[in-house]
Amino acid sequence: MNVDVGQPIAAEPAPERNPDGRAIGDVMLAVENVSLAFGGVKAISDVSFDIRKGEVRAIIGPNGAGKTSMLNVINGFYHPQGGTITFKGTRRHDMRPYIAASQGISRTFQNLALFKGMSTLDNIMAGRALKMRRGLMWQALRWGPALNEEIRNREAVEKIIDFLEIQHIRKAPVGKLPYGLQKRVELGRALAMEPDLLLLDEPMAGMNLEEKKDMSRYILTVNDLLGTTIALIEHDMGVVMDISDRVVVLEYGRKIADGTPDEVQRDQRVIDAYLGISH
Amino acid sequence: MLYREAGQFKTTYSADMAIFPIRQDRIALYALLVFVFIGVPLLARFQIWPLGSDYMLRAILIPFLILSLAAIGVNILIGYCGQISLGSGAFMAIGAYSAYKFGTGIHIPLAWFGTEISIAPLPLIVSILLGGLMSAVVGILFGVPSLRIKGLYLAVATLAAQFFFDWVFLRVQWFTNYAPSGSVNAPELSIFGYLINSPIERYVLCLTFVTVFALIAKNLVRGNIGRQWMAIRDMDIAAELMGIRPLYAKLTAFAVSSFIVGVAGALWAFVYLGSWEPLAFNIDRSLQLLFMVIIGGLGSILGSFLGAAFILILPIMLDQIPHALGIPVGVETVSHLVFVVTGSLICYLLIVEPHGFARLWSITKERLRLWPYPY
Repeated sequence: MNVDVGQPIAAEPAPERNPDGRAIGDVMLAVENVSLAFGGVKAISDVSFDIRKGEVRAIIGPNGAGKTSMLNVINGFYHPQGGTITFKGTRRHDMRPYIAASQGISRTFQNLALFKGMSTLDNIMAGRALKMRRGLMWQALRWGPALNEEIRNREAVEKIIDFLEIQHIRKAPVGKLPYGLQKRVELGRALAMEPDLLLLDEPMAGMNLEEKKDMSRYILTVNDLLGTTIALIEHDMGVVMDISDRVVVLEYGRKIADGTPDEVQRDQRVIDAYLGISH
Repeated sequence: MLYREAGQFKTTYSADMAIFPIRQDRIALYALLVFVFIGVPLLARFQIWPLGSDYMLRAILIPFLILSLAAIGVNILIGYCGQISLGSGAFMAIGAYSAYKFGTGIHIPLAWFGTEISIAPLPLIVSILLGGLMSAVVGILFGVPSLRIKGLYLAVATLAAQFFFDWVFLRVQWFTNYAPSGSVNAPELSIFGYLINSPIERYVLCLTFVTVFALIAKNLVRGNIGRQWMAIRDMDIAAELMGIRPLYAKLTAFAVSSFIVGVAGALWAFVYLGSWEPLAFNIDRSLQLLFMVIIGGLGSILGSFLGAAFILILPIMLDQIPHALGIPVGVETVSHLVFVVTGSLICYLLIVEPHGFARLWSITKERLRLWPYPY
């Protein structure tokens, strides 16, 4: 056989790279023709888009456009009436929360959904529920394998706490923390699941400039270092255009634009949706 | 000044995750354990104040320990998992009657099938634990509605368990071994041939059960399953989207809670009452346990003990005050006064600190750590 030494054998298609050098891979999640209605109210009608591995995908649109409903469909909280969701190659009519979570989709919420009675540490540890496999009996004894498991997971959680710079509130009950820190703890809890796809529902709502900068930095670092795919809903257009690779725009439950931030910004329908049309 | 943590550095996560991370707390706990396991029996043995007579053990310490155990069980369900239950009395009854049946031998005639099931009387500890197990099984069954209904509606559903089992143990004679009066006597309390008779021995038996189960409960609530329970309690939707299965979390909470409550019920019947009828486990008992948990502190093992102490011991203390002070008041009047005072104390406490004694205690401890400085 004659193989050219200089050529890679059976070369994999080189992943497409962004100008900043991050690898963007194949389609990780594809939503096809999804429709969702609550009684007579159509929240989402016939929306299709995809999220590719390693990218930061923004979902934007005016209030009531169906953005949060879309996230709820993706992680299985709502079951759409029509369409399919393909995640990691498996096509489904609807997701189930447990399947979504165990397959690597994690989520933060628009209105904080922290476990208010628990400490920061416990909140983030709770995010690792799926990683801890020891049964009730072991846990009751809290000895040997169960204790090792607890310590291993604690180590992982401490890394997240260090990364998000929340060491000082480790043992504080989250209910009493300021809003910005609660948002950070919630991001920590989502990261604790070591997700492949991270859904962020308005991670910067209600934050000041400083906090927004911090949060953007965390999101970009997670995407960059861990290669986590991120889908985020955000209303701050500056942030969206800065940090996202591709943007999908929804209005009244329909998709009106999809593309890079530049393309979307120039799209007449998007401009109309945000600024209104003169009649 | 009591708490000086300076110099206590934790270098491992297991040290940081200990039940009592502060050294002073640990020493206090060991001292308490030595006192209750060795000191109290010795005091009682030599009849030294305050254990001069059996009364203290029989009427105060033993019921306090057993009800604390039951309160721990109830607290796991209500305080940690957030599932309100009014059926705790029924689960105590299931524990008691199952342990009774296992302890006296089970005979199920299956005439239709031409056969029968007979189990010889089992040893004390085994029948008590099996009583807890039966209670856990029934607890899982009655926990199933919790997957659909929440809050007060669930409370009403568990109330059904209470009335159903009150009725079962009153009407189904098989459970009482066809005793004509409906009242049953506990079998002899013997462990490996050693007969447990005196109040001191009964006290040590209860104390051992309470210590072991309190430790198990504490381990569970600070481990993965405990975090799952609390996650379900605080924000069930978020918990579900994080991969915590509500079915598993809620039913394990029902199972563990009913198990502990069932064991407490068996102890209550065997060790404290000796002979009993279904009335011992009626709705009053459920409510008493609920109040203990609320007043002691929802979501706190320590709170279960404090709540049990408050509800059980306070009336007894109050009862004795006029007598001790030599105030000439009728017995009737005193018992009415006790109700009035206890009731108003509960109202006062819930206004001052809705999170119960456990929160008061942790606030006090926090102050002591900083004292004499304000922060």
